[in-house]
Amino acid sequence: MTKRVVITGMGAVTPIGGNIPEYWEGLKNGKNGISLIDKFDASDSKAKVAGQIRDFDPGEVIDKKSAKRLDIYCQYAMVAADECMKDSGIDTSKENMERFGVIVGSGIGGIATIEEQVIKMYQGGAKKVSPFFIPMSITNMAAGNIAIQVGAKGICTCIVTACATSTHCIGEAFRNIKHGYSDMILAGGAEAPITKIGVAGFVSARALTNSEDPDRASTPFDKNRSGFVMGEGAGILLLEELEHAKARGAKIYAEVVGYGATDDAYHITAPREDGEGARRAMKEACEEAGTDFVDYINAHGTSTHLNDLTETRAIKELFKDKAYDISISSTKSMTGHLLGATGAVEAIATALAIKNEFIPPTIGYETPDEELDLDYTPNKGKARRIEYALSNTLGFGGHNSVVCLKRWEE
Amino acid sequence: MVFERIRSIISKYLEIDPDEITLETRINEDLKADSLDLFKIVNEIEDEFGIKIEYAEIIETVDDAVKFVQEQLKEAQD
Repeated sequence: MTKRVVITGMGAVTPIGGNIPEYWEGLKNGKNGISLIDKFDASDSKAKVAGQIRDFDPGEVIDKKSAKRLDIYCQYAMVAADECMKDSGIDTSKENMERFGVIVGSGIGGIATIEEQVIKMYQGGAKKVSPFFIPMSITNMAAGNIAIQVGAKGICTCIVTACATSTHCIGEAFRNIKHGYSDMILAGGAEAPITKIGVAGFVSARALTNSEDPDRASTPFDKNRSGFVMGEGAGILLLEELEHAKARGAKIYAEVVGYGATDDAYHITAPREDGEGARRAMKEACEEAGTDFVDYINAHGTSTHLNDLTETRAIKELFKDKAYDISISSTKSMTGHLLGATGAVEAIATALAIKNEFIPPTIGYETPDEELDLDYTPNKGKARRIEYALSNTLGFGGHNSVVCLKRWEE
Repeated sequence: MVFERIRSIISKYLEIDPDEITLETRINEDLKADSLDLFKIVNEIEDEFGIKIEYAEIIETVDDAVKFVQEQLKEAQD
């Protein structure tokens, strides 16, 4: 017999808010978290804007000495995990922590550390490389550090699938609990790629917009969209087996009811033009959820020409005429694209949309594109009761991952 | 002069009052610096004085560091 899985805690560090209440305020009101890059000298960079985290203070969660030994991507993850744990009300001293897991990924890991240490080595020789270079930079250390932080002794792993990373983490955590392997899992992702080499790499891959106007840079589904805007941050959700959650009187945000994971098997960076892989991922998620309609889709909506086109095609092909009745939005219009953290912060946005009966908008939307004719919730959010919702992520490598969330009712 | 510069490096890295640091101070034991802190401190001393410290283990007290640096600087002058 399979178990039911619910979301009972959430934590987030995002460019529009450093915690869940601020993040939701930002999403609801269409706050733009994108600004001119000032984390490094971007004067020779073609990409001029990013969704940067401001005034980050790991303060009470990470002491100063430990902070020097943690890449910033891990610090984002740990601060989000701390908020999530407090939000969940879990008392770890009363739980069987051998059945408490962590599945948290990152697309790139500690790229700021890698960049800094490579420079040190070429300037001062191999001896200058920090003893913390490896444990700071490897991609699994958000998961590893969270396990240490909360004392989680069950499964601890890290799925890395570029921009689909944290949806895979949530989906696999869901299946793990559904099939009885764990009672609770912290799932999500973290990313901190706004560094000179990180941005230069995505510029060279021709993925980013060259727009210098923070208000006209991340414009998903707009005819004049011109590439994505990089963002940074972390999102962590506590997934919990339903009976376990009920027994401790937990607050429940939403139920996780479906997961779809496919690959385009087509190209390293470009999506298949017919959106076939994305369509199958959404279809699998809906089938597992037992529904043929959803009220809301938090789209991958990166603001690249191809993504927004193929994702729209996939939605129309799957839902046919009913696609026009679905509220869709890309919250990347506000946060930028958080790469390996994007699935997590968008699953959180989706759960909050369900709970608050409100669809966050796609901001910066001005010019309709003939072929992109669905309801993208342009510029202003709106009240809507949501029964089922999807959170889509589609990554380099052709990875497609989708989770289906459902309104929680007793 | 060498002492003041080394003291400044240590106090900044470990975030402690420079007045707590004397020549006799043992970096490991008295200041609770672990081997990884020592690695960073030695690295910064190397950069500050443009010298190489091959074996960080020879430095136990602040005085060890000061003497080592002074010798290195003298050799470089000769």
